[in-house]
Amino acid sequence: MNTTEEYTVDEKNGEIDILDEVTSREYQYGFVTDIEQEFAPKGLNEDIVRFISAKKEEPEFMLNWRLKAYRHWLTMKEPHWQNVQYAPIDFQDLHYYAAPKKKITLNNLDEVDPELRATFEKLGISLDEQKRLTGVAVDAVLDSVSVATTFKSKLAEKGIIFCSMSEAVKNHPELVEKYIGSVVPYTDNFYAALNSAVFSDGSFVYIPKGVRCPMELSTYFRINASNTGQFERTLIIADEDSYVSYLEGCTAPMRDEHQLHAAVVEIVAHTNAEVKYSTVQNWYPGDKDGRGGIYNFVTKRGICSGNNSKISWTQVETGSAITWKYPSVILKGDNSIGEFYSVAVTNNAQQADTGTKMIHIGKNTRSRIVSKGISAGKSQNSYRGLVRIGKRADNARNFSQCDSLLMGDKCGAHTFPYLEASNKTATVEHEATTSKIGEDILFYCNQRGISTEEAVALIVNGYCKEVMNQLPMEFAVEAQKLLAVSLEGSVG
Amino acid sequence: MLRIHDLRVSVAGKEILQGINLEINPGETHAIMGPNGSGKSTLASVLAGRADYEVLGGEVSFMGKDLLDLAPEDRAREGLFLAFQYPVEIPGVSNANFLKAAVNEVRKYRGQEPLDAMEFLALMKDKAKLVEMDPSMLSRSLNEGFSGGEKKRNEIFQMAMLEPVLAILDETDSGLDIDALRIVAEGVNKLQNEHRSVVLITHYQRLLNYIVPDHVHVLYKGRIVKSGGKELALELEEKGYDWIKNEVAQAAV
Repeated sequence: MNTTEEYTVDEKNGEIDILDEVTSREYQYGFVTDIEQEFAPKGLNEDIVRFISAKKEEPEFMLNWRLKAYRHWLTMKEPHWQNVQYAPIDFQDLHYYAAPKKKITLNNLDEVDPELRATFEKLGISLDEQKRLTGVAVDAVLDSVSVATTFKSKLAEKGIIFCSMSEAVKNHPELVEKYIGSVVPYTDNFYAALNSAVFSDGSFVYIPKGVRCPMELSTYFRINASNTGQFERTLIIADEDSYVSYLEGCTAPMRDEHQLHAAVVEIVAHTNAEVKYSTVQNWYPGDKDGRGGIYNFVTKRGICSGNNSKISWTQVETGSAITWKYPSVILKGDNSIGEFYSVAVTNNAQQADTGTKMIHIGKNTRSRIVSKGISAGKSQNSYRGLVRIGKRADNARNFSQCDSLLMGDKCGAHTFPYLEASNKTATVEHEATTSKIGEDILFYCNQRGISTEEAVALIVNGYCKEVMNQLPMEFAVEAQKLLAVSLEGSVG
Repeated sequence: MLRIHDLRVSVAGKEILQGINLEINPGETHAIMGPNGSGKSTLASVLAGRADYEVLGGEVSFMGKDLLDLAPEDRAREGLFLAFQYPVEIPGVSNANFLKAAVNEVRKYRGQEPLDAMEFLALMKDKAKLVEMDPSMLSRSLNEGFSGGEKKRNEIFQMAMLEPVLAILDETDSGLDIDALRIVAEGVNKLQNEHRSVVLITHYQRLLNYIVPDHVHVLYKGRIVKSGGKELALELEEKGYDWIKNEVAQAAV
């Protein structure tokens, strides 16, 4: 059974003035860091793939895998089924590799280029271990290269590996070879294939058997160079009876041209393991007329390969000109659990087509989807979700809640839930609501002494709290502020 | 505290209020009555600052300030409260959270320290008793799933929390059964004092049995056509609005 529901609010004539005054506060992370960078020549061919692999001094298996991915990519077509619109991307007009020129000694944080250190300080990411009181280990990635990873030695005491993907390829090739592409094969989709061929860096996490990671692990992605595609690859492996909570954050400079970001994240949860993956995505969204901004085309997938394992995705998406991503869980192990909690905000000319896939294979598998879309300005926000219950998935259960909040009359919210159930013992529930912050509600709040900006923040936070509660404490506060900023000036 | 002079207002090009004059002193209770479409709710909305109304002329001063010059939230912070005829529902925002934001905004405006969670809770419990409100309603989303009576009771509860100097009750009695009407009216009476004024907008005399007005005004075709004491409401109850309509028609001849 496939169902498609759609709610659209069309542009209306005789619009009230205040809703026309849609202005957005300037993106506060829009600065550019002036550091010397090394680029690969523009364009993509096998030589570029070899160049990247050689730059990273990779073992042969990695180069071969990249080449296979590249050759497969050549046979693929760019997908266009998403509910978004953009001009064609010229894949030959991009740099596929950019790196800070200065040599970085990854084992010693003191040797990080002061410019880079300042960049991350500006973003509120301290690379100084003493300064980080929150107990969060950070891997900082600028353009294509991991700049620094904090708390490495402390984590190593427990056998936890937390490092850049490049280091993992060199230092733990057996783990990388075993798991890379095991959840998202390079044949999966156009952008996953492209990523597999040219991925430059990203984070690698391995939690050994029986270990509960004692701190939040976090990767901070920053695009700096212009005309450069960013292709990170993140791999998280939680061995039996282990637990890890991982968070990624991202920002980019303000540029007039669009920039492509096509990442792949793979998660493997073995028996009794639990992985919590949180994203606060704040790529540059473009200006209010839709000039510039990041194209965020990302494949994220986890597999609950062992029994009783759990993978939980939480995302707060406020940035990017266009976002399409569907963090998914393959529920292979019996009694495994998949969760997806999402807040996706679109304002001005932003477009988002996001959601999840829950693939139930094992018995008694459970999934929960809570999606909260917020559309403002003239943006378009779509939820697209698939729940598939396989033949063997006895007593599988899914609950989906997809809510849309509209601000003003020029934006759109769309819901595309797909359900494929091949097992009669399965229970699937879907609830959807659409609400609107209209003049009535704002006037009511004003009449109680609450200004329009505060009213919007109050309502949005109330609307999102189910998702926000899933975020680690220190990030929930940040995410809440981010929401308020993203929607500033969206009404009134 | 409130002085309205020759207020003329149009909505979507149509002149609804055609020269309203009204003066309200501290501690007074005024009832504004009139048939449907006479402009009663328009008057309430304009005073509170709703956006869709165009003021064509006239002046309104409130606590010595030009009311029409103030943003809606500042009117509220100055102490003007409107109990809505149709209170909105806000899913996900609890009654308590909403009121905490409102109360602290008003306090900030008045140069007072914001209340902390404990102080606020104590205040809320205290005021909830005034309108016999079940404490469980405080943690529920604002007005979501509330019955008509519960919504109206919640409006009076908010009034108690915000302690306005002027409360305008826009058809607060409509849709209430007799018990709910009594509770709401008693709540309003308990909130009355020599500094606080109340404007009751209503069709019916019924509410005025519980909240006794000092002055009664009849609004018809955008003008106050008759004013009197509380006995005027009883006369209207007895004779209906046709009596007023006829008087107006004769005066025009």
